Amino acid sequence: MEKAFIKKVQIGDAMDRVDARLKVSGAARYAAEYTLKSVVYGVLVTSTIAKGSIKEMDTRAAEKAPGVLAIINHKNAPKVPGHQAGTDNEGSRVYGQEFRLFYDNKIYHNDQPIALAIASTPEQAEHAASLIKVHYAQEKHQTNSKANTSNAITPARGKDYSRGTAYAFKNAPVNLELEYGTPIQVHNPMEPHATTAVWEGATKVTVYNKTQATKLSQQEIMKAFDLKEENVQAISPFVGGAFGSSSRVWPQEMAAIMGAKVTGKPVKVALKRDQVFNMVGYRPRSIQKIGIGATAEGILTGITHEAFTSTSQYEQFTERIVDPTKTLYNCPNLNTAYKLIPLDMSTPCWTRGPGETSGSFALESAMDELAYALNIDPLALRLKNYAPSDPEKNLPWSSNYLKECYQMGADRFGWNKRTPTPGSMRKDEWQVGMGMAAGIYKSERDAASAIATVLANGSVVVQSAVADVGPGSATIFTQIAADVLAMDVKQVTFEWGNSKLPKAPGQFGSHTTASVGSAIYEVCTLLKKKLQELAITMPNSELARAQQNDLVVEEGTVGLKNKQIQLSYADILKSHALPQVQVSTESKGGGPEQEKYSGKSFCANFVEVRVHSLTGEVRVNRVVSAVDCGRVVNKKTATSQVYGSITWGIGIALMEEAKLDHRYGRHLNNDLAEYHVPTCADVPPIEVLFVDKPDPVIDPMGAKGIGEIPLVGFSAAIANAVYHATGKRIRELPITPDKLL
Amino acid sequence: MTDHQPDDNNSEGLDESRRDFLKHSSLLTAMALTPSTVLKAASSQWDERLAGAFEKISLSLEVNGTKHSLAIEPRVTLLDLLREQLALTGTKKGCDYGQCGACTVHVDGRRVLACMSLAVMQEGRKVTTIEGLAGGDTLHPMQEAFVKHDGLQCGYCTPGQIMSAVACIREGHANSAEEIQEYMSGNLCRCGAYPNIVAAIMEVKKEGKKL
Repeated sequence: MEKAFIKKVQIGDAMDRVDARLKVSGAARYAAEYTLKSVVYGVLVTSTIAKGSIKEMDTRAAEKAPGVLAIINHKNAPKVPGHQAGTDNEGSRVYGQEFRLFYDNKIYHNDQPIALAIASTPEQAEHAASLIKVHYAQEKHQTNSKANTSNAITPARGKDYSRGTAYAFKNAPVNLELEYGTPIQVHNPMEPHATTAVWEGATKVTVYNKTQATKLSQQEIMKAFDLKEENVQAISPFVGGAFGSSSRVWPQEMAAIMGAKVTGKPVKVALKRDQVFNMVGYRPRSIQKIGIGATAEGILTGITHEAFTSTSQYEQFTERIVDPTKTLYNCPNLNTAYKLIPLDMSTPCWTRGPGETSGSFALESAMDELAYALNIDPLALRLKNYAPSDPEKNLPWSSNYLKECYQMGADRFGWNKRTPTPGSMRKDEWQVGMGMAAGIYKSERDAASAIATVLANGSVVVQSAVADVGPGSATIFTQIAADVLAMDVKQVTFEWGNSKLPKAPGQFGSHTTASVGSAIYEVCTLLKKKLQELAITMPNSELARAQQNDLVVEEGTVGLKNKQIQLSYADILKSHALPQVQVSTESKGGGPEQEKYSGKSFCANFVEVRVHSLTGEVRVNRVVSAVDCGRVVNKKTATSQVYGSITWGIGIALMEEAKLDHRYGRHLNNDLAEYHVPTCADVPPIEVLFVDKPDPVIDPMGAKGIGEIPLVGFSAAIANAVYHATGKRIRELPITPDKLL
Repeated sequence: MTDHQPDDNNSEGLDESRRDFLKHSSLLTAMALTPSTVLKAASSQWDERLAGAFEKISLSLEVNGTKHSLAIEPRVTLLDLLREQLALTGTKKGCDYGQCGACTVHVDGRRVLACMSLAVMQEGRKVTTIEGLAGGDTLHPMQEAFVKHDGLQCGYCTPGQIMSAVACIREGHANSAEEIQEYMSGNLCRCGAYPNIVAAIMEVKKEGKKL
């Protein structure tokens, strides 16, 4: 047998991305980039009022405009059976009535899509859209969270939580009662949301969409249009960033599907940048009250966390805003309450660290404030209150290396060089400050399926419907497969991002590696066993008398440990005259064994900032992020994930804020010049430290989640550093210069 | 905007007015069309086609070494020409207002935002997109460096970053990490690949190859 050079890749290696070449050469195709024959273009027209109804829509000029094929609105839109059926609170992921595109003349929020202009070219569609004239019956709207806390409701799917004595912080020797706020943050992925839809006949539709969950897209479209599973396909291998904003079916998908139905042609609908601000979700505004109390020695005795977030008038979007508070520290008396403020806005949506990010800003700021009140080092205070087990569930951690994170991070950062007094560290005209914060995020495993096929030439194809919106999941799954099957990674192809592939959960909630990775680990282990069996049973096998336990797979072969016999996968298939061997698996989510433990990822972030004493400008000098995400599957992509969270944290702490003009209920800064996201110059050197110890419970790779954990607490670390630099405590994000002067 | 501003109170759109003008203009008379022919043309939307033909402007340009002779509407941006008419979708649309850098291409060797450039203004120019940066199947050194340093996650800003990165070195603005950060700040990345992008550019600069 001729031996090829084997490039062995193992779990843990810093392998290059499998799709990097496609992405750097411009060959990766995103939702609006499929060159389909006779494709036409749809442009959404949006409302200019926040509440009321459409009295009249004059589409005559638009219909006559050159190249126009159709103008669709509530009067002529095809009926959507799922929309006619009304509210489904049994099956919906968000409580309430989902937004129904072109369903009636009601306006629930500003920039609500109310018509679709379809034409032969993008320019014609854009022009036609501009010719549509709308007259409204306007009603008084509410878009201001702060002014509407008295109208807050208790969410149907939310329970207040209490352990020990509620409001015990009030009786603590040292206690604080503080209020924090975070603004609306818009995901603003670089690729605006887009969909190209194609019908085949009246019962079969294909959508090339931007989704974190091809199977969820498929199911939602099946439900809406009353179609069979085999007749709905969602294709989405490349997604230009999502961060939670592509976890539901949105108006651009519905519009493209309706448009394609009406015109009989493939229809492409791409949102404009301003349209992503109030149509495809956002992180809601939060208003939070924290009461925190401790003994003089710094032992926590009570925490109360009451949170409000905004939602729409038609759905109750809830997030995990009080969750970190329940579990991060060993506090015996703790109670949380959570209320929603319904506004005349579109429904918010999960946004990187949904809930944890806003909630941890309040909690980790309050811990810092308590540390100052106690005159204890903020890191020492956290170590004193380390939770040895999950205080909410009363379960042992599946693994917890938070103390290691504290230690590694503090050592690398040089936390001991910090002088505690605010304003004590200056450099020229800059006030320098150091801050830190801890983070906790759920780490779970969901059910997932996978298929692995070895082909006649010995190469392997592994398939899952999972999305890869940027974390590098396709890469690490290729890596897991190559590791388990002990073969050259170049001989492994992973196929993803298509709803016709084996079922996978959505790529959100930091559970993709654990869930889909487990399925791939399992299916490749099955394939390995199958190949071993086939090696033994092949005609005239040299291994005929071997036991399966004696066999090893390495370098794409099945053989004996002493390497005296090695049969390649290709030869095994050839001798059985098999064109391919395929195995599939359905990997279970968290079973009874896992329910005995609490699975979480942990982190400790250390930040140094400088604040200009005259202008109030805040710059981040450096960041050390120490993370316990279990075993790191790929150091390169995992490090990039941490960079991503830190970049987001800098944006959230210092610049991101979607501002509304409440007089009109409209966004003021709905573009990328006015809505500031971090640029290259805003991101300082980031040192990423991984504990890199396997979690023994959650999945066979030992991995926990990585996509969100470094963001949890990060904005507080910056706020704490700003306080240390200036003595000014900013409790309302973002920390802009006006708040520091 | 044209020199002939439409009346703000005129509820008809620009296009409508333009077509009315065409229908009644001496241009049509000069083409020896009788009034009845004009009416017939109007009813079968020939006027639209006719107007469309008149509205198109010829454009010759070179994209990635290929010469194109096109007839396009003057309102078409270079970005939409590339993406929708030439099927070069490697150049990305992120904002349409020149705020994100995703559409960065090279025009006559200089970095340009394709969404802010009308296609008809590129007459006689040489445009290079991400698809034409490297020759054949090999990658450009900057593309190689982005792969090696993981200078990308979702990949959507990546072509624009790479086109800017190449220009950044050519311009002589890649002499330190800080300088690169400043001169790459017109290209937004939402995934957080900046540190890796800077590392990739530093490496290519250090190699000193002619880009």
